[in-house]
Parts: sequence; structure tokens; C-alpha cells
Amino acid sequence: MTMNALVTGAYDTAVGSLPGSSCMSLHAEAAMGAVADAGLALSDIDGVLCAYSFTEPHLMLASVFCEYLGIHPGACLAIQAGGASACIMVMQAAALVASGQCRHVLVVTGDNRLTGMSRDGAVAALSEVGHPQFERPFGISVPASYALVAKHYMHEYGVTSEQLAAIAVEHRRHAGRHPKAHKREAITVEQVLSSRMIADPLHMLDCCLISDGGAALVVSSRAAARDTRGRAIEILGAGQGHTHEHIVAAPSLVDFGCKSSSAVAFARAGVAARDIDVAQIYDSFTITLAVELESIGFFERGQAGLAAAAGELGLGGKLPCNTHGGLMSYAHSGAAGGMFHVVEAVHQLRGTADVRQVPDAKLAFVHGDGGILSAHCSLVLGG
Amino acid sequence: MTVSNYPLPRANAQTQPYWDGAAVGELRYQCCSDCGSVQRIPRSLCEQCQSSRLQWKVSRQTGRVLTFTTVHRAPLPVFKDMVPYVIAILDMDEGFRVMANALPQACAGLEIGTRVRVGFQDVHGMALPVLEAALEAAP
Repeated sequence: MTMNALVTGAYDTAVGSLPGSSCMSLHAEAAMGAVADAGLALSDIDGVLCAYSFTEPHLMLASVFCEYLGIHPGACLAIQAGGASACIMVMQAAALVASGQCRHVLVVTGDNRLTGMSRDGAVAALSEVGHPQFERPFGISVPASYALVAKHYMHEYGVTSEQLAAIAVEHRRHAGRHPKAHKREAITVEQVLSSRMIADPLHMLDCCLISDGGAALVVSSRAAARDTRGRAIEILGAGQGHTHEHIVAAPSLVDFGCKSSSAVAFARAGVAARDIDVAQIYDSFTITLAVELESIGFFERGQAGLAAAAGELGLGGKLPCNTHGGLMSYAHSGAAGGMFHVVEAVHQLRGTADVRQVPDAKLAFVHGDGGILSAHCSLVLGG
Repeated sequence: MTVSNYPLPRANAQTQPYWDGAAVGELRYQCCSDCGSVQRIPRSLCEQCQSSRLQWKVSRQTGRVLTFTTVHRAPLPVFKDMVPYVIAILDMDEGFRVMANALPQACAGLEIGTRVRVGFQDVHGMALPVLEAALEAAP
């Protein structure tokens, strides 16, 4: 099956600490790179989707971006779904081209969170996702919210901190193979466990990075894709799942929207979890990935950390996952964090992932999670 | 950091009875008069059947720990003096949810499933719910 839409261009900027970058300069660089990768001219772009920014917040970020770049597309809007934004933008771009409203949609994200606002500033800004009356007065933060999930999940399924740490270790191993990754030096389980406790049971090295960076895609209709130069990647399936926003109101602390989003994406693509060659799954924290891998059906409950320790998420494992190093080791730049996962999937399916390449990768699964496991979007991509 | 930077709850018309209750030491929750379901947190309509016929009731203030964490890294400067502090989500016996910090004497031996009593503490002039005491060990 198919969504009648293809990814025809992909690009990500340098990541990490990028002094002199700005939200809009990163957007522009990523956009120009993706359009060039597709072999298109800016004048071919007739739709633009942006997400959100912490360093240059604006009510109409997509309009700000189009003004900055000097383009005047026929469709222009911003999408805000936290870490699910990138995948939801791809799903929305696919709908725009499949319905004939657009031919080539530019999907662009970026933020200079590290140099533009500092780690403290980013943590403070992120804490505002807590409920203003029923969570924020108690000192909630995003890491603390995920820690609340982790504590419950570990209790239910007998997961240990050592098992979660193995997930962080494998991400760093992946990042060590990527010349652009923000953090490349190897780490051990012991180093994860002895890193500073942020919110019990999550240590500093159980948490994602805060980075500068940008990433963009071009999504084209099947007919319009014939105008493009690069190897097009087919969007075979997509699905979303939404259960709550605030963790205090979550209907369950073990079942989240990733279950339904992935089921819909797999069904639309006509494939199953076992068919996937390579996965790029949102990893804001070690627990995030464990919950998603087990809820989606890649591993049994309580087994993801053990699988990571056994090398199953590594190159050559049962499910090579986050081959760029993910949010924990490659980079996390707001909505661009999730877009790095999509760009890496494109590299894998095109066979251009260099030493990170999963041999003969034909089917990729990409997943984004926004809020506190609140908003989920899954994509199945085919090479 | 001044008190004005503390993210105190600002009641709206829909939640005023909850915070008015807290001010007089009552933990209140909403129950739907049409379908009988209890809301996890208050709002203007029932999360199950969308009826606006909601009734405020007074809780016995006992429940169980659904989950909890000890925060070591404060998200805002105003919380820095508090670390480490406990945040718990409590499943109250009547079926609603409370997020609250825990008083120091309630923290020892706290586990998922521990039965607890909720009280109130003054935070910069406002009564906020707090995990006041653990009632017994987890079953």
C-alpha cells in the first residue's frame, strides 16, 4: 500500500554547539539543502510546513520562515506537537501532495537551543508543558514527568536501571560512527548509573541532549517526484495516537498512543513490526524508547533494555535502532530532533549511511513522541 | 528569586471550587451527574460523556501512590532550594488523581501502592495539596 507521497529531498545541518547560528539561519540552511538534494529550485516549492521555536518564538513561524527565505508558497502553516511534530509534518505533507493541493512540500525544522538559550533556559521553557494548576506548582519538569512513567513502568515489568542504561550505551556506540554527532565518545553502563541523578530513576545520561541544529525534507507527489534528482523514498504508511497531554491525566502509565499509531502505520503499509529492517524511534529518555519498543511490539514487555544489553539495537542486531545516535547522543534541537530520525531513515534506505549502513535496508520505521508520551506519530518508509 | 516567580496555580471559573476547597482544608473532586464518572482533574465538562452537569464532592483524602519520583534537578530557580523533593501521582479512593509533593516524614519507605493521606501545606500564601502521611506499607 502507499500514501501516494515520497520523500525526495533530505538534509540536516551540523549539530551540537553552533555559535553564530539562529533559529531562522538553521531553517534556511536546512531548507536550501533539502531542495538542492531533491534537485529542485526554490520556485518548485508550493507548500511549506514549519514547527515551533524556543529561541525565536512566533505565533506564525512558517510565515516568519517564508519571509526570511523570500518565498511565497501556496500553502504555509506551522504544526506544534512537540517531539511528534516531525513525523506529523511528514504525514501532513503527504496528505497535501496526495490530495493534489501541492506538488512539492518543504518540511523544515531547526532551533539553536544550546547557544541561543542555555541548557537551564531550555529546561525551564520545557517545564511549561506541565499543567499550570495541577502539575507546575509542584516543581514538575519534563525529565520528572518521564521519571514518573519510568518508576511505574519499571515496577510493573521488573525493569532495572542497568537495563535502561544499556540503551544509552548503544546510542553512544551508534553516534561514534557518525562524524556529525554531538556526543561521540563511548560510555559504559557504570558511567550512566554514576552520572548525576536528574529525577529518580533517570540519570543525566538517561536523558537527551540539548543541541543546535536544523533538518528539512521535501515531500512530493508521485507525479511531481519525476522532476526530482535524488533517490526518492516512499511513505508507505503513517498513523497517529493521542491519549492525553498532562501525565497527571494519562489513562495509563504503560499503554500509550504509540500502540495505535504504529498499528495504523503498519496496516496502511501492509507490513508488520517483524518486517522492519531499521528503526529510528524517539528517544528523549531511555525509558521513552523502552516503552515505545515494547508497546509497538518490537520486544516483549520488560525486554527492551535486556535486548539493548545483548546488542539487539546495534548494527547487526535484531532491530538496528537510532543508527545516528538519536536524541541521546546525535542531537536534540527541538522539533528538528525528531526530523534527524527521519533524515537518518532516508540515509539508510538510500544506502548512504556510510559505516552506519544497515545492509540491504529496505523498510524503515520512524516514530515521534510529543509531550509526556502524549502525542505519537509513526511512519513506515520504503526504499 | 521572588515569590512572584513561583508557578502558583491561578484558578479559573471551572477550578475555583477546587482551590476554594483547598483554602479551607477540603480536597474536592468532580463527579458527573449524568454518567457518574469521576474526573481525573477538574474541568468544565465530563471527560467521559461531555455533560456539563458536574457535581463537586469532598474527598476522604486517602488514596494510593500510582508513581513517584525524587527530583534532584530543579526546572526553575525558584525550586532550587527545595531539591531533592518528591513528586507523586496519587490515585485517590474516589477515583480522581492528585499530583503533590510529599512532606519529609511521608517520604521514608514510600513505594508504589503505598496507602497515603493527602493534606494541605501553605506555599507562598496558597494551600496546595501535599502527601502528608503514608498509612501502611504497600500490600
